[in-house]
Amino acid sequence: MNLLETAVAPVAATGLFSSAWLMIAIPLVISGLLMLSGRVANSWGHLLATLAPIASFGIGLTLFLDLLGRDEAQRAVSVPLFRWLTAGNWTFDFGLQIDQLSILFVLLITGVGSLIHIYSIGYMAHDERRRRFFAYLNLFIAAMLTLVLADNYLLLFVGWEGVGLASYLLISFWQHKHSAAVAGKKAFVVNRVGDLGMIMAISTLLAQTGTVKFTEVAERIGTVDRTWVVLLGFFLLLGACGKSAQVPLQSWLLDAMEGPTPVSALIHAATMVTAGVYLVVRSHPIYALTSEASLAVAIVGTVTLLAGAWIGTSKDDIKKVLAGSTMSQIGYMMLAAGLGPVGAAFAIFHLITHGFFKANMFLGAGSVMHGMNDDVDMRHYGGLAKYMPITFATFAMGYLAIIGFPFTSGFYSKDHIIEAAFDKGTVFGALAMFGAFVTAYYMTRLMMMTFFGGKRWREGVHPHESPLVMTVPLIVLAILSIIAGVMMNGWITTWLAPAVGDDHPHTTGLFHITTIGIITTAVVAVGALIGWFLHRRDIPDSQPETRNPLVLAGRQDLYGDAFNETFLMRPGQHLVGGLAAFDDSVVDGSVRGSADLFGGMSTALRRLQNGYVRSYALTMIAGVLLLAAAFYLGQLA
Amino acid sequence: MMTQLVVQPDYRALAPLIILFAAAAVGVLVEGIIKKGLRDEAQLIVSGIGLLASLAFTIQNWNQDRLGVHAEGSLTMDGPTYFIWGLLLVATILTLLLVSERKLNSGALNFTPYAASVPGSPLEAKAFQSRTEHTEIYPLVLFSTFGMMMFASATDWITMFVALEVFSLPLYLLCGLARRRRLLSQEAALKYFMLGSLASAIFLYGTALLYGYSGSLSIRMLAQRIQADAEGGNSLLVAGVVLVLVGLLFKIGVVPFHSWTPDVYVGAPTPITAYMAIATKAAAVIALMRVLYVGLAPLQWTWQPVVAGLAVITMFVGAIIGLTQTDVKRLLAYSSIAHAGFILVGIAGAVTAATGNHALAGSTSSILFYLSAYGLATLGAFAIVTMVRRAGGEATQLAAWSGLGRQHPVLGALMTLFLLSFAGIPLTAGFIGKLEVFLAAWAGGYAWLVFAAVIASLVAAYIYLRFIMVMFFRDAGEATEGVQVEQASWMTWTVIILCAVGTLVLGLWSSPLGDLAIRASEFLR
Repeated sequence: MNLLETAVAPVAATGLFSSAWLMIAIPLVISGLLMLSGRVANSWGHLLATLAPIASFGIGLTLFLDLLGRDEAQRAVSVPLFRWLTAGNWTFDFGLQIDQLSILFVLLITGVGSLIHIYSIGYMAHDERRRRFFAYLNLFIAAMLTLVLADNYLLLFVGWEGVGLASYLLISFWQHKHSAAVAGKKAFVVNRVGDLGMIMAISTLLAQTGTVKFTEVAERIGTVDRTWVVLLGFFLLLGACGKSAQVPLQSWLLDAMEGPTPVSALIHAATMVTAGVYLVVRSHPIYALTSEASLAVAIVGTVTLLAGAWIGTSKDDIKKVLAGSTMSQIGYMMLAAGLGPVGAAFAIFHLITHGFFKANMFLGAGSVMHGMNDDVDMRHYGGLAKYMPITFATFAMGYLAIIGFPFTSGFYSKDHIIEAAFDKGTVFGALAMFGAFVTAYYMTRLMMMTFFGGKRWREGVHPHESPLVMTVPLIVLAILSIIAGVMMNGWITTWLAPAVGDDHPHTTGLFHITTIGIITTAVVAVGALIGWFLHRRDIPDSQPETRNPLVLAGRQDLYGDAFNETFLMRPGQHLVGGLAAFDDSVVDGSVRGSADLFGGMSTALRRLQNGYVRSYALTMIAGVLLLAAAFYLGQLA
Repeated sequence: MMTQLVVQPDYRALAPLIILFAAAAVGVLVEGIIKKGLRDEAQLIVSGIGLLASLAFTIQNWNQDRLGVHAEGSLTMDGPTYFIWGLLLVATILTLLLVSERKLNSGALNFTPYAASVPGSPLEAKAFQSRTEHTEIYPLVLFSTFGMMMFASATDWITMFVALEVFSLPLYLLCGLARRRRLLSQEAALKYFMLGSLASAIFLYGTALLYGYSGSLSIRMLAQRIQADAEGGNSLLVAGVVLVLVGLLFKIGVVPFHSWTPDVYVGAPTPITAYMAIATKAAAVIALMRVLYVGLAPLQWTWQPVVAGLAVITMFVGAIIGLTQTDVKRLLAYSSIAHAGFILVGIAGAVTAATGNHALAGSTSSILFYLSAYGLATLGAFAIVTMVRRAGGEATQLAAWSGLGRQHPVLGALMTLFLLSFAGIPLTAGFIGKLEVFLAAWAGGYAWLVFAAVIASLVAAYIYLRFIMVMFFRDAGEATEGVQVEQASWMTWTVIILCAVGTLVLGLWSSPLGDLAIRASEFLR
């Protein structure tokens, strides 16, 4: 494939496009304002903060409509802002790139972000540090928009680190809880590993192509030595794995559920964790040149989609089930992204529908927790459908979407990925289909344990429906969970084709029935039935004892933490201990030794300064002789 | 260039020297004419006018580019001469401000009222009672500065020797005039005089040998003679060069000719110590460079490694002995020895500024900058030393300064600034000076010397950081009993503040003085 032809040269920004930076600036400024303003802003800060993503969404929507009306060749717009850094021969511009890919992300981030801000007004109403929470949320929105709007890898990395920071701050938002503080730290540390991949990728790009700008990289990558291209692919994949909680860097996501539920919905389900997928899709010119790295992406995606589903089946904590499911769904997207240009559009398609239905379900879980005194154990739920009708109804729509019930959004987006995976190889296709089966099972289990069956409530718990400010976003997201697939199916592949390097986008009709589609639907039905069958009766109050190694492994997050502790943490601690000992004995020792040495020399030399003029004069005469000797030697030489 | 014989002296070019000499002479007259009570003011006015006029003519002459050889080839007006004259005059003005400070000493000068009296004798007590004063200090300082200016511009051996004596003799006297601890002061003066005489004798002998070798007293002619000397390796030449250099190195305080420095610095009245530390050193450094760069230019490959070796010894001896000093003035004395070593590093490089290359100022310019930076820090630090007192005079024990920075944050911060400049920490003038000197040595092919110098700075930094540590992090104890910071008059404060501002400004924005130093980068050959 000739990349030079597919790389679309962005057109210059005009009109509103030149003010696109406002989308980032508004939440950023408001975030700073809230952090600095102190108690004054306690009463209105959260309302101001809610306006920020709405304003950005308004700008984003206007730009999107403008792009819609343009020629295909005019849809990629570059917005250069200023010269950022100059270092030697390298210059870095601070610039934005608004194209078919980034504008979809903008809409998702600001759209879902706005809904979650609104929801949080209700959810965080009684929190003392509400203002700070909203300041962090706005910081996140600004950073995430920087990530997707950047026109080069370095600025993307700024956003990348910014969302990492916001994620860390929000996971450990309830820092009085030890578990939350630790979870935040864990997310941060694991993400550093991924960031290392990003830094190596950016450095490699600079060394090999001399630029980090997407368009220039696409032009020059063809001339780079293949080894470096393959390495680049792996470096970027490492970065993507960290941010998107893909195996082997998945362990932080489950713990990240310690954060307030709106955070889980926004950051750890709908937007930030999909940044890895964005990165891989954005880097398609690189992956197009290296089948090895693409294959690795697909393998990582497949492994993660199964691992996440596995974890989802064995958890009792409603948020952890959803977190496992998030891992699994992002695995689907990664798999699709690894399939090349054909899959990339489907990856983004699934990313967006997932953003809707997963945010919907997380917010629904938050609503359930709200009614159950913040209890997250599904074994303490049961029969809530009657007491929380809106939450139940909206959650059910998310449920249908995620298992891929015909004509819901997940049906379209996921089936396309499974079909594309079969095109790549039967193994990928079969495993992806198996994942769909497991998904149907564990999501049904979640529904049954939460909304049906007998009441297993703890004492003093009086479930009630959440206030309107929380249920309205649920309703909006539920509607989107159902119809987004129908709305975007067919259109999105054509729309994204230039941005993901797809020469021949093939569109699929709304009632495009294939053998694989039918089999998948059947498999999903079986999964759901098993889930219903196993959980139709009463649920035991505590986790049943089992020796089934599969279940045990699932309950232990597939031993991810044990692995990290054995192979990374312990050796790391030994290394640190060794280095500290080395530092203490050798480095400090030599410093102390040289200090003693100089001190000793000082005491010795001081004796020469005895106060007698005669010995001073003698020193001088000795100096004369010394100097004379030196000069004679110099003359001879 | 052949010696230009100037029939009619160019009075305009010599004006700074003549004016200063005249002012000093008038100062002597003042002692005889003016009444006792008014003498101090009269002296201050005379020397002030003399110094300012001399400075004005120096600036004016340099502005008009009056470069050339004067007084039958014995004095040379070139960039380094003008720069160092300016530096000497400014340093002298600041020194006189410290000298005439009275508030610190309950209305009296910091000098003995009657130098001829035996310490502790009734005669001395009487002098104290009658409030007599040695206002001769002012003309003495002026004569000394006059000698230094002549020394820095001298281009024949006789003039150089005379200048050496003209500036040394008043210094010997001034060293013995301390008001407190007079025995120590007199001891210092005697030591300085005896060792200084030895050095002068060695220098004079060297000039005689060089005259024998070259048949001329002119430094310039020496270079031509060496150039013409096909054989090379003449014993007369080598012996003469060594002896002349020893005389100059003694004044700079280069190891092993440094022994006098600590004893004299401690014993001399503190304003005079400050004056010696900067003025003597600056004048002697320029004289040394003139001899090396002009007279001994053909022998460059011979003396460069010798100077480099001396630099290493001097830096390390100064820095290492400084580590264990317990007296502030002594500590600063060793610090000045270490700085003499750093200056030699730049001299050893012997590179001229590449035109248009701002990063490399060249040896001469970098040393001129270094001297300015070092002078600011030295004057400032010694000025602060005069303010920390106890009943018996200045409290110069380092232990007596414990916790001083916390009790007097402003004074502590200013002292810290000067110490950091000594240590060569960025954002101070000392850093830029060190950097330029090291760059010059590096460009001259002396990379190993720069490495050694960096290590020596590291060792020396400990001296200053320990001082800062004592001031801020050690609690006041027995040693600090009775120690207090006396209120100084505007004179001392002017010196401290000017030096602090200069140190900071040159650290942040060095180009104005740096450009001036680059303008002064060439010795007239």
